[in-house]
Amino acid sequence: MPDSHTIVRVTGVTKSFKLGSTTVQALKGVDLEIYAGEYLSIMGPSGSGKSTLFNMIGGLDKPTEGKVFIDEVDIAQLDAFELAWLRNRKIGYIFQTFNLIQVMTALENITLPMIFAGVHNDAAVKKGIELLDLVGLQKRYNHKPQELSGGQQQRVAIARSLANDPAIILADEPTGNLDLSTGEEIIKLMSALSKERGVTIITATHDYKMLNASDRVVWIEDGLVKKVENRDQLNIDVGCIRMA
Amino acid sequence: MSQKKRIPFQDPDSDTNIVAQVVLPFDKSLEISIKSIKSRFLRNMVTVTSLILAVSFLAYILIGSDISNGIYSSGQPDLMKMLEKSGYQVGGSAKERWIVILSLLVCTVGIINAQLMAVTERFREIGTMKCLGALDSFVLRLFVLEASMQGVVGSLLGAIAGGVIAILLGMLRFGFDAIKYLPLSDIGMSVLYSIIVGFGLSLVGVFYPALIAAKMRPIEAMRVEE
Repeated sequence: MPDSHTIVRVTGVTKSFKLGSTTVQALKGVDLEIYAGEYLSIMGPSGSGKSTLFNMIGGLDKPTEGKVFIDEVDIAQLDAFELAWLRNRKIGYIFQTFNLIQVMTALENITLPMIFAGVHNDAAVKKGIELLDLVGLQKRYNHKPQELSGGQQQRVAIARSLANDPAIILADEPTGNLDLSTGEEIIKLMSALSKERGVTIITATHDYKMLNASDRVVWIEDGLVKKVENRDQLNIDVGCIRMA
Repeated sequence: MSQKKRIPFQDPDSDTNIVAQVVLPFDKSLEISIKSIKSRFLRNMVTVTSLILAVSFLAYILIGSDISNGIYSSGQPDLMKMLEKSGYQVGGSAKERWIVILSLLVCTVGIINAQLMAVTERFREIGTMKCLGALDSFVLRLFVLEASMQGVVGSLLGAIAGGVIAILLGMLRFGFDAIKYLPLSDIGMSVLYSIIVGFGLSLVGVFYPALIAAKMRPIEAMRVEE
């Protein structure tokens, strides 16, 4: 259900890293527009520049050349405080390794971004419980991450990413550390949330299960966008991949 | 911590002051630091123990010299003879002073080492917090708070232990005269001095590691390899 509103705009982005005396160009000029409310997957083999592009979109890394705009704001122009604000309210992050804070319970993990945002403790706890219920983790509020399974931890992470009602959720290989069926459940949950809440979900992945849930898929190869496909074009491709 | 400026993403008519802030209230910082100290209790105890040892040595030397000074100023001839035998010098010996300084130095290096380890161990946690919107100052504050708590506990225990040992040894050597001529204010000053030095060392030790932690980029949280 992509509407015309562009939430992320990437223009002419290149990124080079220095590896010893040689310079490696991870991105060679990428242009991309991401629309509000869509579920977009960035696919590509390891070393294709997929993660680099993904980190740029999330404001975690700065491009060597080119610009990344979020809501038409050039994120290279933001200072440390504004970037923290952006990460706190505008973007929710989901990681391959879940990255829950080990010393905190599930509920405390979810309330932390709300505390940063200046939400009153009681209100944060109330919303945290709602979010945990939403992702299907009733009665596990006071469990520490190590007392939860991988799938449950990722659910907590999804709830945490929603804490401050972000416009964008960035998920880096969210199913990478999960088994097949748990991964499928997580994908289902994410796509349901994107539809219900109108959140833009951007994932970097090489999990083909993700294709079915995606509105659009961006294929990255060798630092360039190879093709961008809509879901209706995709299903045929999935068949080919599965048969191959 | 609130900054009265508008974030570029905000609606032009929304409130600048409230919505634009990114905060970590002090009670929450305290809660988080206590939690991480508890969860790494053993490791923290090792750090605290090194502080206890160094501070107790300092307190032992200081209070030991308080006792000797007390006896020296008492003017009792037989006690003076005993003092002379034990090699007493007015103002404490230079050798003693060097050993104390050395022990404090070793302790500081130990604290820096332990805190650097803690930062490395917590790279992902720090990165994640930054992805959730933590400012550099939040991370700095958490580390300084943890070090302060370690510093208070370590130097308090160290000062008490050093003082008790010094007084017991003094009594063993001079009998009850050791306490008789010992001014309370001197002990108080020595204990206070030891605690301040211990607390200071703890803060000095955490400064560099905390700075590394605070300057860490949030992208570190994304790294998959352990």
